[in-house]
Amino acid sequence: MSKNDLNTPDEYVFVRKIHYGRYLAVALIILLLGIIVRAFVVGKIAWAVVGEYLFDRDIMAGIVNSMILTVFVMVVGVMLAVTVALMAGSKNPVLRYTARGYMFVFRSVPILLQLLIWYNLALIFPQITIPFVVSVSTTQVLTPFVAALLAFGIAQGAYTTEVIRSGLLSVGRGQVEAAASIGMTYSQSLYRIIIPQAMRVIVPPLGNETIGMVKYTSLASVIQYREIIYSAQSIYFASGRVIEMLMVCAFWYALVIGILSIVQGYIERYYNRSSRGSAAGEADL
Amino acid sequence: MKPIIEISKVRKAFGTVEALKGVSCDIAEGEVVCILGPSGSGKSTLLRCINQLERPTSGIVRVGGEIIGYREQANHLYALSNRQLAAQRSKIGMVFQQFNLFPHMTVLENVIEGPVRVKKELRAASIQSALQFLERVGLADKANAYPSQLSGGQQQRVAIARALAMKPSVMLFDEPTSALDPELVGEVLLVMKELARSGLTMVIVTHEIAFAREAANRIIFMDGGAIVEAGKTGDLLGNPKNPRTREFLAAVRH
Repeated sequence: MSKNDLNTPDEYVFVRKIHYGRYLAVALIILLLGIIVRAFVVGKIAWAVVGEYLFDRDIMAGIVNSMILTVFVMVVGVMLAVTVALMAGSKNPVLRYTARGYMFVFRSVPILLQLLIWYNLALIFPQITIPFVVSVSTTQVLTPFVAALLAFGIAQGAYTTEVIRSGLLSVGRGQVEAAASIGMTYSQSLYRIIIPQAMRVIVPPLGNETIGMVKYTSLASVIQYREIIYSAQSIYFASGRVIEMLMVCAFWYALVIGILSIVQGYIERYYNRSSRGSAAGEADL
Repeated sequence: MKPIIEISKVRKAFGTVEALKGVSCDIAEGEVVCILGPSGSGKSTLLRCINQLERPTSGIVRVGGEIIGYREQANHLYALSNRQLAAQRSKIGMVFQQFNLFPHMTVLENVIEGPVRVKKELRAASIQSALQFLERVGLADKANAYPSQLSGGQQQRVAIARALAMKPSVMLFDEPTSALDPELVGEVLLVMKELARSGLTMVIVTHEIAFAREAANRIIFMDGGAIVEAGKTGDLLGNPKNPRTREFLAAVRH
């Protein structure tokens, strides 16, 4: 066969492969979704009641309280975690083992249990006394908010320590040396050089933990903290609209977490800004 | 002439390995000294002992008459606080094999970081002089680029500008061209030759014999954690006395 007998590309019709499996999967998903949606529509949920309570004043106050608790908990948790991560990397063995011990204790006790212990601390220590300054009853200090803040914040710190530590370790030794060579102290290089670079590694898991914490705050309802589930329960104990109120909660959680996910994306892009234009971008998976 | 760097009896052990076995040498102001030697001979460790990136196991280093890392008082040496040591380091510039630019900062931000944060100079004034230093290394047009957008040679020249911006009394170069692609070595050496001519005191650990011949006043040859031979560039390269120096020079000349 001579070369002239072969067709040129223009003379061919390209036929795409048909993905039967995908079409089947899509059809199945649509079917399943249809069944689920129909079940909830014809089920015993008064959607009108859901709509009615969506912007109820107590519910709104509840989600705001959930958010406030989350913010404070994450601030406490991250500050603790940075401190403990630096201790864990210290040359001093006492600091190192203290850090390990803290992480062990607060990661091995269930968070609900820690919450109950903090809230009931008055049973062990009825009075909190600073000699010559003040003495108050523990129940006055450990309000539901304070107990929840301490329980979640300290436990979160124990988890976040590993995140911060891996972030700090991801910054090469050469960076610290370069900072030292221009006369920066260790704390200067920490704030200016190490932490800004560690953020690339820290932000994605920290975002996950923040999102997790938004949902964990619901546990604080068991110690009468007025977050959204507590508000919903107060309403349904009176009206009996249990499932409707739970749907209202689900809506607010999903909305808040959707927004947080978007914010996280922006923060990640900010800390990745210096790698734009480089060949070392992330692979397209 | 009074030496600006005095290294006396410096030992450095890493565990049981002795990287430096009691090294002494002086470097005069304005002198350009190249340290040659096979890998593992302790030359980088010696350089890093000068600004205390490695703390000597024993012995002392003086720069500009001040003992680095210690305060001298009545025959006692008191270890300096981190802040005081940092202040001493700010007068000693260093250029690393791996450049170690701050990747999250632009070229300009890299260069002004030291003057602004350490010397507390005004930002506007720092930018002015940073642009002059970048001009000097031929990269004023890259001021707003990030390090990841530059070639290795350009990154190393920025690193030189970053060190110069602190107006150091001495500059240490730790194998500044070893991590570079061959075609990028020349541009960095060119900048260093220009610095050498300007009268800056420079201590350079390098494998570039041709550069050493052209730029250095004096050569120190190290092997096995000790100075084997030191002398004027022409003498040492042209007529090495020690057999180990001869061997090394013969090997690298191929």
